[in-house]
Amino acid sequence: MTEALKLTDLAKSFPVGRGFLGGARGAVKAVHPITLSVRKGETLGIVGESGCGKSTLARMLVGLLKPTSGTIEIEGEAFATADPAAFGRRIQYVFQDPISSLNPRKTIRQIMEAPLKRLHNMPAEARKERIAEIFDSVNLREEFLDRYPHEFSGGQAQRIGIARALAASARILILDEPVSALDVSVQAQVLNLLADLRAAFDLTYLFISHDLAVVEAVSDRIAVLYFGSVVELGPAEEVFATPRHPYTRLLADSAPVVGRPLAAPEAAGTDLPDPLNPPPGCAFAGRCPHATDRCRSEVPRLEPIGDHARVACFHPLPA
Amino acid sequence: MTGFFQLLARNRLALAGGVVLSLVILLALVTPLLPLADPDVTDTANRFKLPFSEGALLGTDHLGRDLLSRLLWGTRLSLAVGFAAAIVAATIGSAIGIVAGFYGGRTDNLIMRGVDMLMAFPYILLALAIVAALGPGLFNALIAVAAVNVPFFARNIRGITVGIAHKEFVDAARLAGLSNTRIIVSEVLPNVIPVIVIAMSTTIGWMILETAGLSFLGLGSQPPQADLGSMLGEARSALITNPHTSIVPGLMILVIVMSINLLGDGVRDALDPRLKSGALSRPMAATRVDRKGPLPAPTGAGLLEVQGLQTQFHIKDRVYRAVGGVDLHVAKGECLGIIGESGSGKSVTALSVMGLVASPPGVITGGAAHYEGEDLIGAPYRRLRGMRGRNVAYIFQDPLATLHPLYRVGDQLIEAIRAHRPIGREEGRRKAVELLTAVRIPNPEKRIANYPHEMSGGMRQRVGIAMALANDPDIIIADEPTTALDVTVQAQVLTILDDLRRSRGLAIIFITHDFGVVAQLCDRVAVMYAGRIVEEGRTADILGAPRHPYTARLMACVPEVGGGKRRLEAIAGLPPVVDRLPEGCAFAERCLKAQEACRRDEIPLVRDGASAVRCLYPNDPSREAAE
Ligand SMILES: Nc1ncnc2c1ncn2[C@@H]1O[C@H](COP(=O)(O)OP(=O)(O)O)[C@@H](O)[C@H]1O
Ligand code: SF4
Ligand code: SF4
Ligand SMILES: [Mg+2]
Repeated sequence: MTEALKLTDLAKSFPVGRGFLGGARGAVKAVHPITLSVRKGETLGIVGESGCGKSTLARMLVGLLKPTSGTIEIEGEAFATADPAAFGRRIQYVFQDPISSLNPRKTIRQIMEAPLKRLHNMPAEARKERIAEIFDSVNLREEFLDRYPHEFSGGQAQRIGIARALAASARILILDEPVSALDVSVQAQVLNLLADLRAAFDLTYLFISHDLAVVEAVSDRIAVLYFGSVVELGPAEEVFATPRHPYTRLLADSAPVVGRPLAAPEAAGTDLPDPLNPPPGCAFAGRCPHATDRCRSEVPRLEPIGDHARVACFHPLPA
Repeated sequence: MTGFFQLLARNRLALAGGVVLSLVILLALVTPLLPLADPDVTDTANRFKLPFSEGALLGTDHLGRDLLSRLLWGTRLSLAVGFAAAIVAATIGSAIGIVAGFYGGRTDNLIMRGVDMLMAFPYILLALAIVAALGPGLFNALIAVAAVNVPFFARNIRGITVGIAHKEFVDAARLAGLSNTRIIVSEVLPNVIPVIVIAMSTTIGWMILETAGLSFLGLGSQPPQADLGSMLGEARSALITNPHTSIVPGLMILVIVMSINLLGDGVRDALDPRLKSGALSRPMAATRVDRKGPLPAPTGAGLLEVQGLQTQFHIKDRVYRAVGGVDLHVAKGECLGIIGESGSGKSVTALSVMGLVASPPGVITGGAAHYEGEDLIGAPYRRLRGMRGRNVAYIFQDPLATLHPLYRVGDQLIEAIRAHRPIGREEGRRKAVELLTAVRIPNPEKRIANYPHEMSGGMRQRVGIAMALANDPDIIIADEPTTALDVTVQAQVLTILDDLRRSRGLAIIFITHDFGVVAQLCDRVAVMYAGRIVEEGRTADILGAPRHPYTARLMACVPEVGGGKRRLEAIAGLPPVVDRLPEGCAFAERCLKAQEACRRDEIPLVRDGASAVRCLYPNDPSREAAE
């Protein structure tokens, strides 16, 4: 068994337009059926723009949201109900905003103890030892334990968030934009720490970010998400270097790079399609320079291309 | 907690209210111990004695009962009932609010509809209806008053709880295995208690009044038992002939309600986090200026020339030197980048130019900002207001900070123009469409009728740029305008700004923390660290061969697309806090090249042609280039 995480046709829609007493009038598909697997010890990067469904996907994977359909298998075991406490021992979440992920009225010690007490029923003495151990591995001093969250900088708070995730003894971490609230110099510290922890504890990461360069620097494979679907999946070193999907290409061309002149690669609107009224064919057709009639009527499926990659496009770009 | 009491004590009115209320409560508590006449014994021979008469300090009422004794016993009862009602209402109301807010969905819907229905009745009618149903009596009055106040608590607390239930720390608690009940008790409750306290302190006065009202109508305390309301009610018939029987309980009600409300307002202000950081005073219209020493004379460099700018924040007894002597200039059609990590003083530098730093706690303590030879710092507020938007316009990271949520974007654009010159309806509309076209918003004729929330983040930021352009400014100061945007949208916004400066000759000061953006947009760049510029020069020079160790290390931290999986360079440690800047170089703590001399004296910004660097041992550009 080498698969840490396996999703099969995982999808989520949200009801919208509540009527009297909560009857829903319609549904928005936030995540279209996604089938993916993450190997043990691997870092899978997930990129996409705001509103493309990254966080919805992530929240389903830890049981914070109930999928509309599809299944989640963690380390070979199917998790049918959305129960964060059941997921918590296997898979944990590191939040984007490090400060607001810590209860302002609790000390760091109280925050760190919760998973040990509730998930592992650990006695007080053992808890103390374990917390010391974890704090050591994320380079935090033990004297921080009796302080309150507001006393910490963003980078320190994020280390505490990571420490809490480790305390649950989960071997899979969902990292949801873990460094986008941090300054670059601190961002590098946290990313390097994450790399060290992965090696030391044999962890598997799902690394979500909108920053292509960061994702590329930390991932083994990258999945590109657009409008709730994976449009391209491939080895990290190839996805942005030789994009096969026109949207991936657009992303790669838009990232500001020293030495490349400014050119908006796209003149028309950049808005995602209306989720209440999705287009019948490829969701990217409205922005795609290669769109044909087929693209506008038929939904492309994620198909293998080349040796390692997969792409959801009728006219993939040449390698 | 001590901070809370200090803030409370600073507020004189609240302090006075607190003292008076404490006295009243103390009196009520010791009433049984005082040598008072029996409050309920009638003595019709001695009815309506005036205050200060023999044996009755406050006189007697229509049945000859001692008013002082009745007043104190009545106050005791009224306070007790008022407090009890407040506690009951707060407990039940908050519980309802927390449950509704936390579980949301159908539970919330049902509960809140019920609460809305209760709130639709005028509360005094509702209270009357409840007492009518239960029968008169003090206990029933208490129930009625508590019941009519439950919706108020339920509503307020629900609102707060909804916000907290969606906080990330609640999700984190779920993942740590906490049950919903436990999350409510240990995560939600501690965060709503301050709000409950505020709500109680602002309503308890009313509840005492409402109870008195019911007793006044004869529905509360029953004779002969005295509470303030029933005393007032019984005195009604003698209001004209013997006013003292009404005045005595009336004054007491006034004193209690006033003191509670003053104290309650104080509690609210002290617990309100927005007031925590600053003083309790209102912000000034423009930043306070308190410059000592001679002012720099303009040298004529550029359209806007900032010289030796120093801006500080005075908070309690600390002085934060957010900007510690910054020089920069920007010419027509030029784009100057300011780059640095958060807290390095980029925003404060930008805001100081037009006096937009909040005062208190902000103070500009030195330097000048010359615009066409005129010093903007220290210019009177009227002058600054005339120039804001007209000569120097700002674009912020969050366009919602400048857009009003309740007005259509077209109307806001017209309003921005009207602030500086009169413009008719038709012309205004035309101009608004023109501005939206300039920032490449598709379908501008339709879009002017949109509200900000109907637009995506990228569209809103374009409207933000259109607002900045509304009065044809010469200078635009853009503070991280693309930081919150997706890369594809960012590329478009940057292109728009670049076109505008070329077509209109705009001078742009562009604040960012992204070297890629600087490279693509800016002609020159200034790097800031701990409130000062550490390196400045042409963009190509600096990015090609950074001379300051900080610039070089910072650039190395930034991953670039195309580099593959790798370990990143990091800079150990954190920037210094600007209220405790070290002697000498602020970067010395983290610098690999630091020497003894670096920590000794102020390091000057040394100019050499177009570039300048603040370092004793700068990297050698020619050697770097050769490597
Ligand atoms: N309103 C304020 N009150 C107190 N301190 C402030 C305020 N605004 C900024 N500061 C302080 O001033 C310094 C510089 O902040 P800022 O200019 O916002 O940095 P940047 O824009 O580079 O991120 C920081 O130490 C910050 O904490
Ligand atoms: S399927 Fe067609 S429209 Fe969609 S990305 Fe491919 S070429 Fe473009
Ligand atoms: S002055 Fe000294 S400590 Fe400061 S940056 Fe230069 S070499 Fe480093
Ligand atoms: Mg800023």
